[in-house]
Amino acid sequence: MRTETEVGYNTKIEGDVIVTRVDAALNWFRKNSVWPMPMGLACCAIELMAVGASRFDISRFGSEVMRFSPRQADCMIVAGTVTYKMAMAVKRIYDQMPEPKWVIAMGACASTGGMYRSYAVLQGVDNIIPVDVYVSGCPPRPEAVLDALIKLQNKISTQPVLEDLTAVTALHRH
Amino acid sequence: MPALEFAQKIKVRFGDLISEPAEFRGEITVKIADAEKVPEVCRYAKNDLDFNYLVDISSVDKYGDDPRWTVVYHLRGLRHGCELRLKTDVSEEKSELPTVTTVWKTADWHEREIYDMMGIRFRGHRDLRRILMWEGYPYFPLRKDFPLAGKPTDLPGIAFTKSAPLEGGPFVTVAGGEDAIHREPRVRNPEE
Amino acid sequence: MGTLQDIEIHDSAARAAQATEQLQDVEGERMVLNMGPSHPATHGVLRIVLELDGEIITKADPDVGYLHRGDEKIAENMTYTQFIPYTDRLDYLAPLANNVAYALAVEKLLGIEKDLPLRCQYIRVMCAELARISAHLLGLGAFAMDLGAVTVFLLTFTEREKIYNLAEAISGARFTTSYTRIGGVMRDLPPGWLDQCRKFCGEFIPALNEVETLLTRNRIWVDRVRNLAVISKEDAIDYGLSGPNLRGSGIEWDLRKNQPYLCYPELQFDIPVGSVGDCYDRYLVRMEEMRQCVRILQQCIQKIPGGADNKTNEPVNVPDGKIVLPSKQNVMTKMEELIHQFMLVTEGVNCPPGEVYFGHENPKGELGFYIHSRGGGTPYRMKIRAPSFVNLSIIPKIFPGCLVSDTVAILGSLDFVMGECDR
Repeated sequence: MRTETEVGYNTKIEGDVIVTRVDAALNWFRKNSVWPMPMGLACCAIELMAVGASRFDISRFGSEVMRFSPRQADCMIVAGTVTYKMAMAVKRIYDQMPEPKWVIAMGACASTGGMYRSYAVLQGVDNIIPVDVYVSGCPPRPEAVLDALIKLQNKISTQPVLEDLTAVTALHRH
Repeated sequence: MPALEFAQKIKVRFGDLISEPAEFRGEITVKIADAEKVPEVCRYAKNDLDFNYLVDISSVDKYGDDPRWTVVYHLRGLRHGCELRLKTDVSEEKSELPTVTTVWKTADWHEREIYDMMGIRFRGHRDLRRILMWEGYPYFPLRKDFPLAGKPTDLPGIAFTKSAPLEGGPFVTVAGGEDAIHREPRVRNPEE
Repeated sequence: MGTLQDIEIHDSAARAAQATEQLQDVEGERMVLNMGPSHPATHGVLRIVLELDGEIITKADPDVGYLHRGDEKIAENMTYTQFIPYTDRLDYLAPLANNVAYALAVEKLLGIEKDLPLRCQYIRVMCAELARISAHLLGLGAFAMDLGAVTVFLLTFTEREKIYNLAEAISGARFTTSYTRIGGVMRDLPPGWLDQCRKFCGEFIPALNEVETLLTRNRIWVDRVRNLAVISKEDAIDYGLSGPNLRGSGIEWDLRKNQPYLCYPELQFDIPVGSVGDCYDRYLVRMEEMRQCVRILQQCIQKIPGGADNKTNEPVNVPDGKIVLPSKQNVMTKMEELIHQFMLVTEGVNCPPGEVYFGHENPKGELGFYIHSRGGGTPYRMKIRAPSFVNLSIIPKIFPGCLVSDTVAILGSLDFVMGECDR
């Protein structure tokens, strides 16, 4: 049963206590500290570096560090053309990321293959991994990447957390 | 121009093996009749004419013509600043010519790329394997009979390819010389 | 069952001597380390297979091709103008320079490179030099960040944002500009651009000085890069290096001076040349090149015909309707221009049959286009001579003997881009 308000707070009744759903609290933690793993392959990687630099500053959205190790990251930002030679490596790195994980396909090449319709380019990284947010542009402006991050945060805030836990416990019972 | 003099010197040295130097847009091109003699000519060019810098080796697929391959060497001498182009033809049945890595070390990677993309082998290369595509890829992509969309392959654990959805395109015109009706952009099929 | 014998050796030196004696026959195994295609030394997707003896590298084998997108095959299926966006993405740190290189190559094929209007030449030179500053800044920032100096990365990116502003004003895109066209440029300079450029030059030199104070005399930096991976003159020429890598080894070869194009003969600038050929030299060459770029930019701002507003209406395109798209007004009202527009858009620029090679002094080295044309609007074969591809071939020569932690420094000093290397 989901209501619009995540936080129920009335100073007269609760005082210093905030009432909320566990789902909402956990998602609030998760979405405000999405640590990206930059899969920087081509030109979009340069715009990704620009997003991380001081003018556009991705860390004010919680993505404080760009973790290059997949084990320590939440979100893989596929920035650049994924070639068939690189595809297996991308899949392997995605598999190494722990749950919960999300993927942002940044740029035209990562979303659909872009303008490279050729024998060597994977036509969209969603052929091998599930993508949550697609960003169009060649390369997308850093503002577009930040917009994608905000969309991802909105998506995370609606993801059920506790239902997953009950599914897991149900599995263990049998 | 001095490049022409260098070309004449090569012609004097090797005689009938070398064609008359052709000039186009300020560049001198010289054709070597026998691909087997290429390292000899290159060694002469490097040691005696001081062409110590190999800029590039390219390959051209003249689909439909025989001999099918042309290998193009761009030489440059850093001291005298002149450039020269050497061309040689290789037939498809042979698809092989001797390497020039003994003359310039930079030829190593250029020749590996030509092998990868066109399938021309270089005899004497210390390590001729694919460089841009992966080991085990069965085709030579830059050949004219290989489609731009690619062909599906599968090498489990290493890589797979699929055919890119070109929707019948690319729609480009045929290279000039034809009349307007033939030049109109149509679906171009790989020359099969 | 054998007898047990206790032997005590009290002297530590004798103990050590006995241990080494016993270990004579044991040889260490070489470890193979995969410096995989995804690694944080943000130079793109390069894989190097290292063979290590402890910490020292004994063999290095680079594995490129993880960004091979098939540009050369795509070029055979595109008209010359349609291929311009692909050239942006070759050396994606300096897209304006690639555009200029490609346009010059096709114009050499057409034979019109001398007919370019002077204003167009100055604009192209300014674009190329801005791209050079941008590429060197990023190379420097990534190099320093990999060695731990993260502040330099942020400082250089701030300056790059100013160049992005200039590029956006001139072409509409921050980054992948596609600015030049065959026979000219996309459009003339917008009003106020030269003032913005002048302001950038004024602000850039103090910022560069700040970066220099952080790095050049920094004891840690110098200790890490000095006398590392020395490339001798003979090796540099034999392996086909170009650009700052070649000049860092002491060879004075710069295409802008030795095979001049555009209006470079009218401009005064110096070519920095290294003496030792180590990583420190290549770093210094790039720093000095950036200062020379500013010098060139300032001269161009002064000398450009037509000035900032182009009040004298200098043309920026070759006045040939068969090469450059005519203005829309003429297309809508006149017959000949309409036909030219139609032919140029559907068939492309009609180039004569023949072949040319044109090498351009890109920030990374010599970017060359070998165009083999059989007439018509599409090239029959286009080979892109990428400087990074050739620069990387020297890795098996210079890595052995270095420590593992030196790999990052060497890769940073070679300053390559995988988009260009793999095409």
